[in-house]
Amino acid sequence: MDTVFFLAHTEADGSLSKASLEALTAAKALAAGLGAPLGLGLFGADVAAAASAVAGCGAALFGVSGEAFGLPRYATDAAAMEALCKAGGATIVIAADDSRASRALPGVAARLGGRIDAHVTGLAAKDGQAVATRGFYRQRMQAELTRAGRPWCLTVSAGCFAAYDGAPGEASLTAVDVPASPALTRTTVKAVIAPSADEQTIRPDAKLLFVTGAGWTKKQADGATHVPEAGELILGFLGKSKASLGSSKSLVDMGGEGEAVLPFLTHLHQVGQTGATPRHPKGLATCCHGEEPHVVGWRFIAERRAVNLDASCGWAQGKADVLYVADAFAVMKKVNELLG
Amino acid sequence: MFHIVVCGGIVPDPLQTLEPVKGPTGWGLKNELMLPSILDPWASHALYEAAHLAKSVAGSKVWLVSLGPKAKLQQVMMTVAQKAPFELVVADGPAGGFVDSAEVATALYNAISGIAGLDTSKLLVFGGWQSASRGAGATLQMLGEKLGITDQFQGVDKLTVGADGALEIMERIEGGAYLVSTCAGAPAVLGWATGELPEPPNNPQVGMANMRLVMPALQKAKPAALDLAAIDYQSVAVPAQKRDTRLVKDMPVDEIARDIIAWIQG
Repeated sequence: MDTVFFLAHTEADGSLSKASLEALTAAKALAAGLGAPLGLGLFGADVAAAASAVAGCGAALFGVSGEAFGLPRYATDAAAMEALCKAGGATIVIAADDSRASRALPGVAARLGGRIDAHVTGLAAKDGQAVATRGFYRQRMQAELTRAGRPWCLTVSAGCFAAYDGAPGEASLTAVDVPASPALTRTTVKAVIAPSADEQTIRPDAKLLFVTGAGWTKKQADGATHVPEAGELILGFLGKSKASLGSSKSLVDMGGEGEAVLPFLTHLHQVGQTGATPRHPKGLATCCHGEEPHVVGWRFIAERRAVNLDASCGWAQGKADVLYVADAFAVMKKVNELLG
Repeated sequence: MFHIVVCGGIVPDPLQTLEPVKGPTGWGLKNELMLPSILDPWASHALYEAAHLAKSVAGSKVWLVSLGPKAKLQQVMMTVAQKAPFELVVADGPAGGFVDSAEVATALYNAISGIAGLDTSKLLVFGGWQSASRGAGATLQMLGEKLGITDQFQGVDKLTVGADGALEIMERIEGGAYLVSTCAGAPAVLGWATGELPEPPNNPQVGMANMRLVMPALQKAKPAALDLAAIDYQSVAVPAQKRDTRLVKDMPVDEIARDIIAWIQG
């Protein structure tokens, strides 16, 4: 019989992230569906608080604690996860698809002689076996898959399951010792560089994704470009709506090609074939064309609207719910005015 | 000096329409061998960064290790070889997205192990953070483990090498933030995101120099033994995405703005 094992790192404040709690829901449901025991493995500087928070789920709890494990570093994270999996007798390992877990868990799978499927968007027990759903070719295809080999590691994408919200309890935690040898600490974490809250334009939890296309920097009806004005309109809207900002590749690439660009856009904003595929309930595209590489970035956006001057653009081909054929400069200026 | 091994596969041109089809050896793409291919976009960035690093650190060398069908690789190399100097190492096998990442890692490990003169103490393994086919984000880590490298970084946008050979790396993390780490030096694995360098212009001289080694490498390529049954695909399909688009024409700007706000706040 399988043992479903949930793995998570603690945050800086000792808690578990929302993404981890979502992955815990997936693990719990899978264990119940398979009739398999559930184990939990936590690692971080001090896992006691996190263990108490999830103690109510009734799983066997294992933990690796220590200052060295509080930092996001491949070598220590992989060592902790490997030890936890071994201690918990894991055959199916589930973790959140965050940067820290998804960086180290494939290495853990290799150490354990197992396999991994990352970015899983669905996970369920069907006919007595675990079946995962994930995208291929940048979400242009979707497959249901299973494996006979064990251990089988999976990372669960954020936004696919409800976060676990069981009552906290008194945790019976089995401590797992992992010596933080010098070989594990060749890498030193120096800093996290994040924009201030006012300057933040990538907001994964925002209800709206606002995507800018190359049209913002093109010549307008008067024959001139209006890039500074475009920047003010976009940032003004983001400030008022608290939307998350995305960009088409063509707009981001202009910076590298020496053309006039919106200075706040980076490759981190890029959505689509070679960028992110964010999850927001709504998405508003402005000055985008809506070809297939763009649409890939919209795969998980539920409601989609677009503002574009070209009625025959790609968005009009069944990819957006509403296409406003209008000048985005004028529309967004008015939107900002109305938003106050 | 560094010995930089860039791992990069080939993928269908992003503008191509893709359709899954199940063949005698498992799932693949309809007319896969007919589709025009490119070097995987994130692996391309890794190659440009590798070439730039090799140029700036004397004595360094770049190998491009690729798993794919020889004929398709030859076509892609006609373009890629003009971008940056490298020596090609080929594992002859499928390039599709439905092959297991662990199988790919093993094939790449076998190919890298066969490189004559590779100094693993100076080794930097570069590659795409994720691919545009499998999108696993797992192959490089598994390859690193096989090579015994436990300093690994993913979603890398910037690498700075200190005078002492130490590496400073910026990795993408959640919410548009970067994690900055320093590593004592090679060996290390770096999965690149977009990096900082634009695509280099084609240089026919670089292309000619590369192609002298590309053709023998293709001829010497060994078949990669992959277990195509490692994953049991129960279904593969193109997600339904057709929407009944409402085209709004000739609506005054004020009304459009109010409509958008009502929708956002609804």
